[in-house]
Amino acid sequence: METQTSSPQLATGRLGRSTSRKRRSEAIHAYIFMSPAILGLLLFTLGPMAASLLLSFTEYNIITDPEWIGIDNYVELFNDRLFWQSLRVSAIYSIVSVPLGLSVALALAILLNHKMRGMLIFRSVYYLPTVISGVGVAMLWRWLFNGDFGLINVLLRRVGIQGPNWLFDANWALAALIIASLWGIGGTMLIFLAGLQGIPQELYEAAEIDGAGRWRQFRSITLPMISHVTFFNLVLGVIGALQVFTDAYVMTGGGPNNATLFLSVYLYRHAFQFLHFGYAAAVAWILFLIVLALTLLVFKSSPLWVYYESERPGRNA
Amino acid sequence: MSMHTNPRVFWQSRRVQEQLTSLLVLLIALSGSTLVLLPFFWMLSTSLKQAGEVYLSPPIWFPNPPQWGNYIQAVTRVPFHLYAWNTSVIVTLVTVGTLLSCSISAYGFARLAAPGKNIIFMLLLSTLMLPGAVTLVPTYLLFNALGWVNSYLPLTVPAFFGNAFFIFLLRQFYLTIPRELEEAATIDGASVYQIWWHIMMPLSYPVLATVVVFTFVGTYNDFFTPLIYLSDESKRTIAVALSYFQGSPRIGPQMHLLMAAVTISILPPLILFVAAQRYFVRGIVMTGIKG
Repeated sequence: METQTSSPQLATGRLGRSTSRKRRSEAIHAYIFMSPAILGLLLFTLGPMAASLLLSFTEYNIITDPEWIGIDNYVELFNDRLFWQSLRVSAIYSIVSVPLGLSVALALAILLNHKMRGMLIFRSVYYLPTVISGVGVAMLWRWLFNGDFGLINVLLRRVGIQGPNWLFDANWALAALIIASLWGIGGTMLIFLAGLQGIPQELYEAAEIDGAGRWRQFRSITLPMISHVTFFNLVLGVIGALQVFTDAYVMTGGGPNNATLFLSVYLYRHAFQFLHFGYAAAVAWILFLIVLALTLLVFKSSPLWVYYESERPGRNA
Repeated sequence: MSMHTNPRVFWQSRRVQEQLTSLLVLLIALSGSTLVLLPFFWMLSTSLKQAGEVYLSPPIWFPNPPQWGNYIQAVTRVPFHLYAWNTSVIVTLVTVGTLLSCSISAYGFARLAAPGKNIIFMLLLSTLMLPGAVTLVPTYLLFNALGWVNSYLPLTVPAFFGNAFFIFLLRQFYLTIPRELEEAATIDGASVYQIWWHIMMPLSYPVLATVVVFTFVGTYNDFFTPLIYLSDESKRTIAVALSYFQGSPRIGPQMHLLMAAVTISILPPLILFVAAQRYFVRGIVMTGIKG
């Protein structure tokens, strides 16, 4: 980026000094321009992260001064049955909803990538729910999942199935939240669609001449060519799934019988209902470490399954 | 393919096959859309029912006559205008703050040389993967110590300190603008600040529009931040107020009024989406492809 400085090298000292002055003044302007981001990074990310780590070794309830208790919060966490329950809930939710969401989103993207008039309308329809996510949508799902009069059980009854009392049944509440999450895959679908549109059409034509069927083309061309997009969606999906709050808080409040006690709901309770701020900070750090480990895992494993154009090997399927 | 042994038959069968595929695609896309839109239909249908028609099995699909009055009740039984006003104030401040702070930072990252710039940028990008929970407790305690809890400051002030996602988006856009414009302006004696404000800002209008639509929707739908920071009923946003509707003695279990309120609450982002759809698509596609 700072290449323009190489030529005055052989000039006299005066010219060199004026260039370095110019460079310094540019750097000052650069820092002024970047200052909102830098301050934000320090004030709202790095500072709080460090503070959160320190806090996790204390007992703090806002009223009395924080008291250093070493790793007691972490010991207490590991002995809390509800903490393990919340880990289990978040894990099941992520393991089911992320791959399911990615598959459905990819299927829809392939569908909408078909060259046909009117496809733009479908694209808008599928994306629509992501725009209006939030409390209103969670309330709507509560009503859709109503055991006696909700639309879902009304439709199931039509085909002769007596649906469960979704949100009030410990065996079904988490499944209900996963179903509801599928409504919001429009963004993932659009990213896949953009990836699909970037695949050179010649690859398919060549494969067709070679006699490759649809399934073979999907496996040997589509999947590798969009693997970097899948990678991106997977990372975002895991991070998002581990932070689900609104749906759980509004639709089930973590119940019934803690069946939907997500890690974020567990953290919220400890911080803002029990005022266990030190303990909540410990929960947050564990969540952070889990996200970090998973992200690293996805990144480290990516050479195995992510295909980059620039590293294309000599042979081609 | 012109080398095929029997071109005519091949062409015909292929044509038929393509049409069949299109028909199949259309059918699947239509049934998918029905599934997506059905919840909206159910919401509208419920919102137009009388109290006695809500809990019926089998249900009434098209309430007759539709109870438009439900909408008036939903916004008058609670001080809805107040919630709407609160929400507008917050959304406006957050949008202005995000636009200014992100575009100014992005220009620095895109165009000006400074030691450590790339490290700062990578650090900034890595915060995109940071779960918000890690910073939640200390940030809350900080705002509490400043006496900002139960005011709009914790919701709006951070917006003036950049947002990694939008800075990335704007930086990528600035990088695509040819430098000649800025060089010409520099020769004419313009400062970097004037260049940013008079050249880059107007040029980046389409990306700024993308930032606006995402900020609007994100802030409008945000539930967690106002939930933890605002305690006065008179300060609530629409999202938080809505969450109290189901347990509220004024609306309570009256599902038809609740669904009318939900319908009203989703109108602003819905209208924005219909009006500015391409900006949503642009933002998503830009990030996904670069990933």
